[in-house]
Amino acid sequence: MSLVLDNLKKSYREPGGGTIPVLNVTRFELKTAEQVALVGSSGGGKTTLLNVIAGITTPDSGRVVIDNIDVTGLNEPSRDRFRALKIGFVFQTFNLLPAFTALENVLLGMCFAGKGTDSHRATDLLTRVGLGHRLHHRPPQLSVGEQQRVAVARALANHPSLLLADEPTASVDIANQNTILDLIRDTCKENNVSLLLVTHAPDIAARFGRIEQLSDFNRPVT
Amino acid sequence: MNLVTIALKSIKQRFLSSSLTALSVSLGVMLMVAVLVINGVVTDLFSPQSFGFNLVVGPKGSDMSLALSSIYRLERSGEPLPYLFYKELQEHPAVEKAVPITIGDLTEQGEFPIVGTVSEFFELDYAYKKPFRVRGSFLKTPWDAVIGSRVAAKNGWDIGSEFKLTHGGVKDHVHEEKFRVVGVLAPTGTPNDRTAFVSIAGFWGISEHEKPLQEAINRLEKFRYTVPQSLRDQAMKQKEPKKADGHGHDHADHAELLDEQKEVTAIFLLTKGDTGFAGAILAGEINEDVRAMAINPVPVMGRLMSLIVGNIRLMLLVLTSVIIAVSAVSIFVSIYNSMSDRRREIGIMRALGARRETVFTIILAESALLCLGGGAIGLLLGHGLVAVASPIIESRSGILINPLAFEPMELVLFPVLLVVGSLIGFLPGLAAYRTDVAAALSE
Repeated sequence: MSLVLDNLKKSYREPGGGTIPVLNVTRFELKTAEQVALVGSSGGGKTTLLNVIAGITTPDSGRVVIDNIDVTGLNEPSRDRFRALKIGFVFQTFNLLPAFTALENVLLGMCFAGKGTDSHRATDLLTRVGLGHRLHHRPPQLSVGEQQRVAVARALANHPSLLLADEPTASVDIANQNTILDLIRDTCKENNVSLLLVTHAPDIAARFGRIEQLSDFNRPVT
Repeated sequence: MNLVTIALKSIKQRFLSSSLTALSVSLGVMLMVAVLVINGVVTDLFSPQSFGFNLVVGPKGSDMSLALSSIYRLERSGEPLPYLFYKELQEHPAVEKAVPITIGDLTEQGEFPIVGTVSEFFELDYAYKKPFRVRGSFLKTPWDAVIGSRVAAKNGWDIGSEFKLTHGGVKDHVHEEKFRVVGVLAPTGTPNDRTAFVSIAGFWGISEHEKPLQEAINRLEKFRYTVPQSLRDQAMKQKEPKKADGHGHDHADHAELLDEQKEVTAIFLLTKGDTGFAGAILAGEINEDVRAMAINPVPVMGRLMSLIVGNIRLMLLVLTSVIIAVSAVSIFVSIYNSMSDRRREIGIMRALGARRETVFTIILAESALLCLGGGAIGLLLGHGLVAVASPIIESRSGILINPLAFEPMELVLFPVLLVVGSLIGFLPGLAAYRTDVAAALSE
């Protein structure tokens, strides 16, 4: 089993002193190499959920278990390392670093994992996403579709077991949406990586075998 | 790819602001290096451990003035001493070597100071255990000259060149007599490099250096020497009007000057045995006398260094330190201001797995690299500034400065800059350390 969320709760403090509950997930599971589309409205807690799973945000209570490791029980440096090694992240706005070339952006992910960088693998990943000829271009020199492909290659750089994709096609045109979606799904399948893709677009979600409505399993108590 | 590469990329990304902040460090370091190099040269020059002699004897007056005029040729000399006084000191049982010098004239070309002396001058080391080296020969005949390396280079003179002197440095008053270069000194890094040494016999032989006998007699009486009656008679004759006979200045025209007429500006003395103790005894003996004074130039110059040069050096070093501090603040402001723009960048790095310590180190490395890079450029600019300033300093003060002279303090600059860079980067680094990843990514 790749991912288990167990009794997960998260709320934010309001400036006035109150709290806003965002997450209240009793149980959620994602199997190894399974691909799930998570659908929810804006402000429904999708991004918070992904941040909690990735260990970027700590929950108030509950557990996040990835590959049988309780991520919530790890201290921060261990969580950072775990995230670098086990979790790939694809953001809606790609989040590439503009000063670095496509190749360097992929190498950055390896650098922070502390395993040393592997230029051959980074080049291979970029070639597989169709950017073998754009290795040394910086993000501003790439099209939107190309930038998202770099982000996908970077997310897979450290052989993650789980890929979290937060609205990865929201910033690209319709022509590129399918290409990028296919790329993410195919690459995850090839690498045996579980995929949790957040979207609010029904047509994107419709392409997945398993579609989860966030509101079905997330019931924040006010 | 490592943290330094990441820091360098970040600097490159903000090229203009990074360049400007590094430039401000460069300017501070440039000034500091220039001050250190010039100060080092001046310190070496004015506070030598020893000279080849341990006493300088000259007319009563300021000890510093005597040292500056006789050793450094930076001041006009005082009243001369009779040659007989030099002979008296030469015979003193405590004296190992006595070397007379006469100064006051300049070379017509280049206006380098002239020192009339004897060949024994070059037997005294110019600095501690550093003997003179010459290409050609030292002074042999009355119209021989030995020139310093700077004089040779600047005037384009070599062995065989001939030159004239201006009387007391007055441009229009050129002596007719010519001296011929027989030797060129190897560079010494001392005022000797910009000096033309001529035979003292030739110097005395210059027609206008001949003292009127009555004046010579007056000086001898002041120095309590017995003046022979024959000399007084000769003086009386000299007062009678001369018949016009032209004014040729061929060397052969000069009659041998009487010892009573000869004068010296100063005398360098090397005492026998323990030069420190014997020098002090002899100096005390000479100074008790009202006729002349003897100084040990080492403490005199040490006093000059501590009273004037030392304070100026301290002031300049403080000033340049302030400039570097201001540069440091500008780097701090630049990096700190950039932090708000970089929150997202830091958030991305953290989301990719970078630890808090990692982003802290990247910011620290960036600050340190800016300081070190600026420092390295400043080091080169500092020596460049000295190269540009040295001819001006030389023409105004006569002090020779080698732009490539290296000061050990320059080595200290880099660890200091590293520490400064780390201190500057600390607060921005802390801001990066504390960045809320989720909030930064949502911006």
